[in-house]
Amino acid sequence: MAKVVAELKYSAEHEWIAVDGSGPTGVGISAVAAEALGDIVYVDLPEVGSTVTAGETCGEVESTKSVSDLYAPVTGEVVEINDEVVSDPALINNDPYGAGWLFKVAVTEEGPLMSAEEYAAANGGEL
Amino acid sequence: MTENYTALYEQHKIAGASFTDFGGWQMPLKYSSELAEHHAVRNAAGLFDLSHMGEVWVTGPDAAAFLDYALVGKLSAVAVGKAKYSLICQEDGGIIDDLISYRRGEQKYLVVPNAGNAAVVAAALEERAASFDVRVEDVSAETSLIAVQGPNAEAILLTLVPAEQHALVTELKYYAAVNVEINGQELLLARTGYTGEDGFEIYIPNEDAAGLWDALLEVGAGHGLIPAGLACRDSLRLEAGMPLYGNELSREGNPYAAGLGPVVSLKKESDFVGKAVLAELKELGAGSTSGRKLVGLRGMGRRAGRSHYPVLKDGNVVGEVTSGQPSPTLGYPIALAYVDVEHSAPGTALDIDLRGKPEPFEVVQLPFYKRQK
Repeated sequence: MAKVVAELKYSAEHEWIAVDGSGPTGVGISAVAAEALGDIVYVDLPEVGSTVTAGETCGEVESTKSVSDLYAPVTGEVVEINDEVVSDPALINNDPYGAGWLFKVAVTEEGPLMSAEEYAAANGGEL
Repeated sequence: MTENYTALYEQHKIAGASFTDFGGWQMPLKYSSELAEHHAVRNAAGLFDLSHMGEVWVTGPDAAAFLDYALVGKLSAVAVGKAKYSLICQEDGGIIDDLISYRRGEQKYLVVPNAGNAAVVAAALEERAASFDVRVEDVSAETSLIAVQGPNAEAILLTLVPAEQHALVTELKYYAAVNVEINGQELLLARTGYTGEDGFEIYIPNEDAAGLWDALLEVGAGHGLIPAGLACRDSLRLEAGMPLYGNELSREGNPYAAGLGPVVSLKKESDFVGKAVLAELKELGAGSTSGRKLVGLRGMGRRAGRSHYPVLKDGNVVGEVTSGQPSPTLGYPIALAYVDVEHSAPGTALDIDLRGKPEPFEVVQLPFYKRQK
């Protein structure tokens, strides 16, 4: 079963955010979503310097089977994107909570987020 | 619709499959990674459960004449031991299904329709058989179908066939079938497939299917064989330019637009269902000078077109994608699409409307991928 990391928070659209409060927040997609998407072959990320809005689309993730919108789990300015995941999108499948992170945001406002327990219960993940 | 399970469902669960509904069947979508499974079939071998496919026996003195009437091809011209790809059409030329027919005797054929169409095809055959001396017997529910596909398929199969029968396998031609002893049991073995690779399909009674599946996995492991799901089956057939019923083929379409004109035998002396309309469509130039035509599209960028996305020429809709995804083997996006015939020549630059953004594609010859022989 797909892993859910206890230290992260999750949106209903399957994005995770790191919530340590020390500087910009990392955003990625959960293992549950990565598994459901299948092998990811393309990722379109917001540009550095652009502002993303919680609950709105900010990019796309394309797998061999389908294409899905990427939703921002928080509002704020994008301060860094993961160039490695753009050139090697398989990192999202292999290590969704680590090397497969997508971008970092200077958060001004959080969207509705779930705890790991809530997200796992709702989506069948394993803590 | 009630959900159907193949005799290999437990095997798939043990192998860690994720499942998907396909034609009313719970089928393995993938076991690990669909890309790994795709590459295994291209470079080594993959093991597929195709038990959702239908199996209909047509037997009797009129078997050949009956199939000449019921299908668009000339099945009476198929030699015993050989197989033929054909279509079953409606009177109006619409495609009910594409199917493979194996001639197993002078008066004996095995007809294999697609999963979701098996019952419909069996019923249509039954209905069309009224004035012929034939028996139509749908054995889909009792029959499993296991495919071994990939360059190592033959070597894997030979390990389960007694030495004195090896020549039956090694000399078996593409689109031919033979009865051989596999894993201690006489079975119908066909050299057919839907992947663009060399490979075999084995028809087996449900109760014996799990034993053969396990045996193939065991002897195949040293040859790189892994179980392969429907996700990679779709990407493999798309690279090979093979149509999928429901995507490229439908009752609303016709064989000429689908590029299957050569499958239709208008020269057959006898009448067949759909003949009058199909002759008219051909006369009108369907798929060549009028209407739309199924073409291959190659993406110039990285984004893939998907089923139902519009195809554009200078911003105007000139077609629609029927199947599309990034090609794992070729490394660029590929798609099948119906486009207006005037934009169907190889080399034509078209766009696919990717959810509002035009993405450049080019018409290319099919198939996208052809194996080295």
